[in-house]
Amino acid sequence: MSNLFHQDVLTALISGGVIAGIPLLLAACGEAISERSGVLNLGIEGMMILGAYTGFVVAYYLHSTWLGFLGGAGGGILACLVMIVLCVWLGLDQIVVGIAITLAGEGITSVLQGAQFGTTYPRLGATPTTSIPLLHKIPVIGPGLFEQNLLVYLGILFALFLTWFFRATNVGLNLRAAGEKPEALDAAGVSVVATRSWAVLSTGALAGLGGGFLAIVGAGVFTPFMTQGQGYMAIVICMLGRGKPIWVALASLLFGISLSITTALQLAGIEISTDLINMLPFIAVMVALVIFGRRSYLPPALALPYVRGAR
Amino acid sequence: MSPAVTSAVVEVKGITKAFPGVLANDDISFDVRPGEVHSLLGENGAGKSTLMGILSGIQTPDSGGILVDGEPVRIDSPRKALDIGIGTVYQHSTLIPALTVLQNLMLGDSGKLLLDAASARARLEEFGALLGVDVDPEARAADLALGRQQQVEIIKALWRGSRLLILDEPTSMLTPQAVDELYTVLARLKADGLATIFITHKLHEAVSLGDRISVLRRGRMVGTLDAAAVSSTPPDKLEEIVIEMMFGSAAADLADVGELRVGLGEAEAVEAHARATKAAVGEPLLELAGVAAPGEGTDPGVADIDLVVHEGEVVGVAGVDGNGQRALAEAISGQRRLTAGEIRLFGAPVDRLNVLKREKLGLRYLTDDRIGEGIVGSLSISLNLFLKRIGQAPYWRYGSIRRGTIDARAEELCEQFDVRAPGVETRAGTLSGGNMQKVLLARELSFGAKVVVFHKPTYGLDLKTTLGVREMIRQMRDGKAALVISTDLDELLEVSDRIVVLSRGRLVGEAEPGPGAAERIGGMMIGDVSLSLAGAGAEGTE
Repeated sequence: MSNLFHQDVLTALISGGVIAGIPLLLAACGEAISERSGVLNLGIEGMMILGAYTGFVVAYYLHSTWLGFLGGAGGGILACLVMIVLCVWLGLDQIVVGIAITLAGEGITSVLQGAQFGTTYPRLGATPTTSIPLLHKIPVIGPGLFEQNLLVYLGILFALFLTWFFRATNVGLNLRAAGEKPEALDAAGVSVVATRSWAVLSTGALAGLGGGFLAIVGAGVFTPFMTQGQGYMAIVICMLGRGKPIWVALASLLFGISLSITTALQLAGIEISTDLINMLPFIAVMVALVIFGRRSYLPPALALPYVRGAR
Repeated sequence: MSPAVTSAVVEVKGITKAFPGVLANDDISFDVRPGEVHSLLGENGAGKSTLMGILSGIQTPDSGGILVDGEPVRIDSPRKALDIGIGTVYQHSTLIPALTVLQNLMLGDSGKLLLDAASARARLEEFGALLGVDVDPEARAADLALGRQQQVEIIKALWRGSRLLILDEPTSMLTPQAVDELYTVLARLKADGLATIFITHKLHEAVSLGDRISVLRRGRMVGTLDAAAVSSTPPDKLEEIVIEMMFGSAAADLADVGELRVGLGEAEAVEAHARATKAAVGEPLLELAGVAAPGEGTDPGVADIDLVVHEGEVVGVAGVDGNGQRALAEAISGQRRLTAGEIRLFGAPVDRLNVLKREKLGLRYLTDDRIGEGIVGSLSISLNLFLKRIGQAPYWRYGSIRRGTIDARAEELCEQFDVRAPGVETRAGTLSGGNMQKVLLARELSFGAKVVVFHKPTYGLDLKTTLGVREMIRQMRDGKAALVISTDLDELLEVSDRIVVLSRGRLVGEAEPGPGAAERIGGMMIGDVSLSLAGAGAEGTE
């Protein structure tokens, strides 16, 4: 057991935690945007897996990590267009449509992967990293935190940006109003439908980007169902973080560590069934819900389609 | 100023709007001029809301036009209405509770990327000075008293340079003091040259505040009393004319137009009426001793409630909304668990009895949340009438429903309580607020009701239904007992034998209807202890 606290093991744990946490962070920030505007996006799992697939394919054929990320965001946007049309424009049930998007996303990507690559799973090479001068030399945490793909830093900066965006911009205020009391936003002369459409669109882009990061940087390979419920985890994280991006970011990184514990334990030479370890993040989710569930805050108009003048 | 020369700010010409089955607005024309308050009166369903919806861009008319400063305009969205300068204070608050006053006001300033808090703050101060009110810009809207919230709503409606202010039933939830403040605010705005449309169902408000008065009935404009007529006619004569306009030939169908006027008129006349019908007070039927019940969400709980309602007595509970009314009502009905104290019904404690058992004893609760917990909108009227009798003979037998028996009895009840609907099979959710309330009354007052808790029994109802409901409450004196929880003080003064005042979850005083009662109770409602000591049987509070 003493191996567990060996420097290499801790470094791997932190590094793995950050890499596993970034897809969660991006998806959960996306979910926060969507939920604060009043759209419960259960399709985020499907948007992530679609983003993972399109991101991987673009990166694989064009040999570019960054074009891969763009491809991932594009895949997510494609999936969320369905949600915008059905839920925001036509006012259909957000829960049903969200689950449908998730199931369809998982199915489509499995079929496409099978058709394209058969039973082989081609791998991408290692992705470039950016070291932050001086900081990356700190023992134990340095390599894990400050020698990562550029998108890691951008993701964390994005969470800070989002905090500012909600607090200081007109669009951010409109967004919150759409989730708190859409009729008030409508009476103030701002279109609820447009506000929510943009919100869901950015959610799709972020979830797709998260999926792309997972496939390109995290795994270096696309396998069907590779998101393994991380979209749902992002929903829980968003709820526990009360939709506040900073808390969402912190919680994402913590959950990331619980996701990366498998690798760390293997490095430490501790043999526990991987099935058990794969359960860990979800046990963590349930424990977190039991402990912090009361803290969670959901906007009053969440999951309610808005129809002007309806009673 | 001379109204004849002043041209209208907004003129409505021949507006017609039909909904499936209803002609909500039928060829309506009227106008508003700068510096005048134009009162718009009418029963529910008369078409007031539709007309306001058209002016504020929520609905579009089928035909007819709107002129602003003589120019025809098309108002097809709320944005357009705001751009034109029509600001509306809706009956239901449009403030967002979780946001601050300033954020609420800035909402919709979409011209720029960043929120401009500094200039918004300055603008709020300007409006504060104009209206003579002082609002904390950083307070959360949810934490403001209702009167204050409404002042913020008015500022919000004027925020983008309005020329026409529309107020939809602005006094329905306010204390007398807050209503006075509203009058002051409106007077200042009038002096500033603003045109105001004031929608109300309270006749004396329409008469005392309006420079001109228009009356709508069944979607038609019955007529407008111009400024000269309003100022030259004595108030009671004016009220008579307006009642005639509102009800037309139907006024004759009402029990007595004179009585109707009493319902609307001064407290003294009302008091005499109440005394005349007051029956001898008998045994205590409902007793609350030291009752405490928890709050829910933003709704506060109640504590230390001592209250007795005797046979043949109607006791009113006054208070500003959100001071524990719901906790009190639900504690009595059995929907909320007590944390302390005891409730006795007919002398026996009911703490261990659930809602159903209390209801079988004859305790009834007429909820204020008609749509939420009162009716099941997707079920028929007849099933809604029997929701609380499920499984009971003779309406159910061997576990199966007997539709024939139920429908027959439901038809009787609809007849008795004057529910206007195509048939008892009509889905309850399609009914108007007034008819919905009549269905609930039919359910709660029939089948052996002894003690009834009325919670905001006439909120949002039209005048005729309101008077009918109040008459039903008065009839409770005939061997039964009623507890009336209401935010409408006029109503309590009219129907109650005694009024207790609920403030911050405690009973802070008691008064009998009579001269000066309104001011005394109003003082207690907002926590003015020195005034409440003057009330008969006032209890000390911290």
